[in-house]
Amino acid sequence: MVHVASIVPISLTVGANRIVPAVAIPHPLGNPELPEDEERKLRLNLVKKALRALQVEVEIQTVFEE
Amino acid sequence: MRLELGIIKIKDVQFGDETIIEDSTLYVNKKELIALARQDDRLSEADVELARPGEEVRIIPVKDVIEPRVKVSGSGELFPGLVGKMGTVGSGRTNVLRGAAVATVGRIIGPQEGFIDMTGPGAQYSPFSQINNVVLVLHPIDGLDPHAYEEAMRLTGLRAAVYLGKACKDIAPDELEVYELSPVTDTTLPRVVYLSTLLSEGLLHDTWFYGVDAKKLLPTLLHPNEVMDGAIVSGNCVSACDKHTTYHHLNDSVIKELYRRHGKDLNFVGVIVTNLNVTLLDKERSTDYASKLVKLIGADGAIIAEEGFGNPDTDLMMLCKKMEEYGIKTVLITDEYAGQDGASQSLADAVPQADAVISVGNANEVVTLPPMKHIIGDLKSAEVISGGFVGSVTASGGLSVEIQTIMGSTCQLGFGKLTARGY
Amino acid sequence: MAQKKYRVVHYLNQFFAQIGGEEKANIPPLIKEGAVGPGIPLQQALGEEGEIVATMICGDNYFAENIEAAVEKVVESVSRYKPDVFVAGPAFTAGRYGIACGASCSAVSKKLGIPVVTAMYEENPALDLYRKEVYVIPTADSVRGMKEAIPKMSGFVRKLGLGQEIGLPQEEGYFPRGIRVNQFVGRTGAERAVDMLLSKLRGEPFQTEYPMPTFELVPASPAIRDLRSTTIALVTSGGIVPLGNPDRIEAASASKFAEYNIAGVDDLTPDAYQTCHGGYDPTYANDDPDRVLPLDAMRALEKDGTIGKLYDVYYVTVGNATSVANSQKFGKAIAEKLKAADVDGVILTST
Repeated sequence: MVHVASIVPISLTVGANRIVPAVAIPHPLGNPELPEDEERKLRLNLVKKALRALQVEVEIQTVFEE
Repeated sequence: MRLELGIIKIKDVQFGDETIIEDSTLYVNKKELIALARQDDRLSEADVELARPGEEVRIIPVKDVIEPRVKVSGSGELFPGLVGKMGTVGSGRTNVLRGAAVATVGRIIGPQEGFIDMTGPGAQYSPFSQINNVVLVLHPIDGLDPHAYEEAMRLTGLRAAVYLGKACKDIAPDELEVYELSPVTDTTLPRVVYLSTLLSEGLLHDTWFYGVDAKKLLPTLLHPNEVMDGAIVSGNCVSACDKHTTYHHLNDSVIKELYRRHGKDLNFVGVIVTNLNVTLLDKERSTDYASKLVKLIGADGAIIAEEGFGNPDTDLMMLCKKMEEYGIKTVLITDEYAGQDGASQSLADAVPQADAVISVGNANEVVTLPPMKHIIGDLKSAEVISGGFVGSVTASGGLSVEIQTIMGSTCQLGFGKLTARGY
Repeated sequence: MAQKKYRVVHYLNQFFAQIGGEEKANIPPLIKEGAVGPGIPLQQALGEEGEIVATMICGDNYFAENIEAAVEKVVESVSRYKPDVFVAGPAFTAGRYGIACGASCSAVSKKLGIPVVTAMYEENPALDLYRKEVYVIPTADSVRGMKEAIPKMSGFVRKLGLGQEIGLPQEEGYFPRGIRVNQFVGRTGAERAVDMLLSKLRGEPFQTEYPMPTFELVPASPAIRDLRSTTIALVTSGGIVPLGNPDRIEAASASKFAEYNIAGVDDLTPDAYQTCHGGYDPTYANDDPDRVLPLDAMRALEKDGTIGKLYDVYYVTVGNATSVANSQKFGKAIAEKLKAADVDGVILTST
């Protein structure tokens, strides 16, 4: 399981093991200020990042910043 | 900066031909007030009803509550930057209709309003059950965007409070409260700052500071009198229990208590407002900045009051941790979400530095409330407001709801006497 | 006229009931009239106000190996004596006995609505299992502490028997159950806050009104080796539901989660989906629900072969004032369903 969430400290506090930081609370996987195609690209990249996190073995709670 | 609040006690509210105050009764000209509401062409319909303490009345769904006031002397106008001209408030004389309020009612977004019971067991949870409410029921024109409806309601509520306040401009007050941060000669008294966090999470979760959307602020320092004189206005549609209405800001209980002990037990050095935003970057920046300001003004201790719950718990914890790391002692005021059975963890975030916490109650506690003879607004909305559920409206017309739904029940300015204890 | 005595049933294991040691640990539940073993000094301490009308006895091994049957028998036997209070132990450090005390108390309390109390040492493993549901009084770590334990237990039994209100754990001397209860107190939160700050600044003792909570950590799931052959599921606490919120998930304090089939859906559009979450500005999620539940991106990655398959069902709840206990319950139930469906990985999105 990977947790995609904006407020990483909460994710850490409640015990997620793989964390991917998201954009903002009301739109974790989007940014309404971007043109539509760029927003889709942003979302696709975040989801890819989440999938990469699923492929990494973790021992301790890990935030996937990059 | 010296602020005199001329307190005019209001013990009753009635409709009358003229909006005036006589013998502690506020008479309201309904036609004029409706006409004032209709000035905003985003509102299709407006009605005014009165609700007095002890009456079998339930007001639902309530958006904001505002205390009627008028500026008698001194700079600035009430609610500057919104319905008042821009100018620093907090000095001179402001007359206050104490015991009266304007309450705005309308279903903006569904989940995010609350209710007020004027009698019965629900009344003990809300400060607005103890005062005379002039209730504005405001309907939007067809197809109005919720944000525009929120703004129309917010501004109309403020205008109504100013309109009622004007009736007391020339009246001799029953009491005079004087607020002035006189210099403290005893240098051994601890320097204490008050950190007020303002919800600023989106167009329906916003707070206005001198007309500025709080999400655009960097934390800033101000005189407590400014808060007490209308610098902060609520634009919130969040859970009713722990949002700070405009009434709460005008009567901020932490400010009043720090004033009461200023020069005796402590040296009240000022108020810092900060925001509660939706990105981690913003949260880090604002909490860094607020903590740095507290350090810069040489405070020894800080009281940090949260608004809302959930992700703002993170801002609260960041502020606590960063200030404690600067050597500043902190006390936090928060409510709890411990579940309906009270058995869960109460906060979404925690840091070990948070060793001094005031709990203003578990918002998830369920209460059963009797039906009321008269409903102002729409009772059915109890099932969709935060803290309500399917079946919240009982067959008899009573309510079974979390106290989360009651206006101001767990106010994190420490306004009330509720707490939660561990059993 | 003498006041009616309150009735007490006492639970003991085979050893304290003086039936025998380990060799008798297999005896099934039985009930005896009157007080037995530690029940005798307990009865003395209760005096004339209360009476131990019966003693419930069970072998520790029998109980541990047949918990359901043992509990059922205890409840049935106890109910026949119509007690006002049920008391178990003290169990000291004995783990199996502690569990028998805790489980019996919990069941009697839940099924018969009778007030219950037990007693044990702070490191007894049963404490954490039952302290939320049952009053547990601290004792020493061995039977040598019996003399101190009896008056503490009898005082508590007396309060329960007379229907008196039970105060805070520190006042009454039971292990805190971690139950938060609302109370009105004499002073406002603001007054209490300033007082607490002054105490903290002066270095004087003060008591926080809410000690910081701790959260459970869970072991991490193993890494996925080859995404191309996996099924990935989407789960969200952000409240994305079909338009109209058909299962009426609450805007806050959710009591449920829901599942919706997305087979054949390539994009979440505002005419078919919305958010029902009451804790954030819904505008952006309602304009494009993919911003919270990234279905369009997952479909794209499914089509280009990055992942084997997007699971046909997504799960949703509202994480807004929803208790940790409910969240854990939903999480477990969703995980079981996903496992049963051979889903390999999950992306959980939160707002």
